[in-house]
Amino acid sequence: MKYFHLIWAALFRRKTRTFFTLLSVLAAFLLFGLLDSVRGAFTAASNNVTGADRLITVSKISLTLPLPRSLLARIQAVPGVADTTFANWFGGIYQDPKNFFPSQSVAENFLDLYPEWKISAEERKAFHDTRTGAIVGASLAQKFGWKVGDKIPLQATIFPQKDGSNTWTLDLVGIYHVDDPNLRAQEDALYFNWSYFDEARQTSKGSVGWYVVRVIDRDRADAVAAAIDALSFDSDHETKTQSEQAFMAAFASQFADIGLIVGSIMGAVFFTLVLLTGNTMAQAVRERIPELAVLKVLGFTHRGVLALVLCESVLMLVLGGAAGLALAGVAVGAIRQAMGPSVPMLPVAGSIWERGLGLMVLIGIVVGALPALRGMRLRIVDALTGR
Amino acid sequence: MATLVEIRNLSKVYTRGKERLEVLHSVNLDIEEGDFVALMGPSGSGKSTLLNLIGGLDSPTGGTLTIGGQPIHSVGDDALAKWRSANVGFVFQFYNLMPALTAQKNVELPLLMTDLGAAQRKRRAGIALQLVGLSERANHKPTELSGGQQQRVAIARAIVSDPKLIVGDEPTGDLDRQSATEVLEMLRMLNRDHGKTVIMVTHDPKAAEYARRTLQLDKGTLVEDAVRALA
Repeated sequence: MKYFHLIWAALFRRKTRTFFTLLSVLAAFLLFGLLDSVRGAFTAASNNVTGADRLITVSKISLTLPLPRSLLARIQAVPGVADTTFANWFGGIYQDPKNFFPSQSVAENFLDLYPEWKISAEERKAFHDTRTGAIVGASLAQKFGWKVGDKIPLQATIFPQKDGSNTWTLDLVGIYHVDDPNLRAQEDALYFNWSYFDEARQTSKGSVGWYVVRVIDRDRADAVAAAIDALSFDSDHETKTQSEQAFMAAFASQFADIGLIVGSIMGAVFFTLVLLTGNTMAQAVRERIPELAVLKVLGFTHRGVLALVLCESVLMLVLGGAAGLALAGVAVGAIRQAMGPSVPMLPVAGSIWERGLGLMVLIGIVVGALPALRGMRLRIVDALTGR
Repeated sequence: MATLVEIRNLSKVYTRGKERLEVLHSVNLDIEEGDFVALMGPSGSGKSTLLNLIGGLDSPTGGTLTIGGQPIHSVGDDALAKWRSANVGFVFQFYNLMPALTAQKNVELPLLMTDLGAAQRKRRAGIALQLVGLSERANHKPTELSGGQQQRVAIARAIVSDPKLIVGDEPTGDLDRQSATEVLEMLRMLNRDHGKTVIMVTHDPKAAEYARRTLQLDKGTLVEDAVRALA
C-alpha cells in the first residue's frame, strides 16, 4: 500500500488521456456486464439444480416431430420412472406477433412434475376441471394485466381448430409463481389442457410434443433414459431422452448459441481494448523512462519497477472495469424493473463480478507486460542521458 | 580521516556494436570521508562515468571500487540498488523530480525502500525540506517551483535517508548564478556541518571553488589532483 500514491500519481499524470482510456474500459465492461447477465440467465435456466431429477424425451430426429400419446404408459412402466407427463408446443399469438410468449398444451398431471411452481389448490383444481382452462406465470399476467376469470384469445400459428378457426379462446383459471429469481423467466409462459387441444385441433391428433419423466434416483437417470429410448428403437418415432438441463440448453441453442454470441462479441471488444489500453500504457511508460530510471537510482529494483508498471496497468483496468460493471448493474436493474423479472437477465452480482474482476486483472497484466518489461530492463545511465 | 572511496585500476569500456570505447583507464583514487570533491574536465573526459560508478549507477569493466569498506564493483543489481538507497544521495543537473508528486512526496521516495511507517516518512521528509528552507512549499508540485527550489527539493531527497555520500552531476548546470550559489552553499553546509562527503561533477570553476579538492580528468585518466583550504 505504501506505493499506492506512486501508482495513482503515475496513472493520472496525463489526466485527459487516462480519462478517455478509462471511458473505453468502462464501455467494454458495461457491455460485458450486460451480455454476461443474458448469458448467465440462459445458463441458469439449463443448469439449475431444480429439476435435476427430470428427463425430457423428444423425437430423435427433431424436436418439432410429434411422438405418439401411446408411449406414455410404456414410459411409465420403465423401472426407475416415478412419474411421467407430456406437453405440446402451441406457439399462439396474443393480439400482435410482437407479444410472443411460450404457450403449450399440457397433460392433466403436468403440474405434479413442477413442484417449484407455486399455485393455489383451488386454481389447480380449476385448471384440472375447466376444459378450456389456462394458467399463466405471474410475470406474464402482470405484463398483460390479466387476472383470473379473463378470457385470453390466442391466434394459432401451427394448429388451426377443426372448424378452420385460428382463434383459441382460453379461460384464465390460475396464476403460478416461481420463487427462484434466476428462474423467473419460467413465469413468462401460458399452459392449457392438452385434452381440449387434442380434441379441437385439426391435425396430428393423438400425438404429443415431448414427455417429461421424473426419475426415482437421479444417479440412475442415464440408465433410465437409455431404457426409455430403447422402447422406440428401430421404430418410426425413435426418441432421445436427456436431462432437463441438457434439453433446455439444446432448446435455447435452436434460436441462438448465446454462449458463442456473447463470447464472440466480448472477444472482439476485449481484443480492441487490449490494443487500445496496450498503446496507452506503452505511451505512458515511454514518456516516463527517465522517471523510472530515477526510481532505480533511488533504490527500486528491476522487479520493483516491473511491479509498479503492472500495478498501474491493472489499476487502470480495475477502475474503469468496476465502474462499467457497476453501471451494468444499474442498467440491468432498470431493465428488469421496466420489463419485469421474466426478462432473461441475471442481476449483475457474484459470479459476473468474479469473472469481470478476473478479466480486468488478466487484461491489465497483458497490456502492462511489455511496458513493464521495458521499464524493468532499462539501464539507469542510458535512460538518464536519453539514450 | 578514514578513506570512504577507494578506487584501484578502475576502467570502463562501452561497446556499441563493433565499436569499443574505453572511457576510463586504470583510475586510482582515494576520497576521504567528509571531503568535498569537484570532478572537472572537458566533455567526454570520463568524469560523469566515474561519478556514476562511484554512485553505483553503473558497473566498472575492470578494477575495484570500495566504498565505506564495501566492494561494490562486484555486487549484483538488486544488492546495488539496496546499497544505493542506504548510502548515496543523488543530485542531478535537471533535478529529476517526479512531476506528478508534491515536493513532500518526492522527498519521501527514498524512504519507501525502508521499513519506516507513513508518519515517520512524512516527519523525516519534513525535516529534510526544512533543512533546505522549503517547508512552506512541501505541498507544491515541481512545476510550481523555480529551478533553484526544485534543485533544493532534490537535495532534500538526496539527504532524507541520511547517506554518507552525496554525488552531484552538474548540480548547478541548469541554474542562474544566484540559485547556483544557494545550491552550492547548501552542499557546503551539508559537508561542513553534517559531515557528508560530496563529490560533484562540474564545468564551472566558480562551483569548483566550493570544493576542498579538485580532480581533473582528461581522456579517461586522472591528470591533476589539487587540494585547497576551504573558506
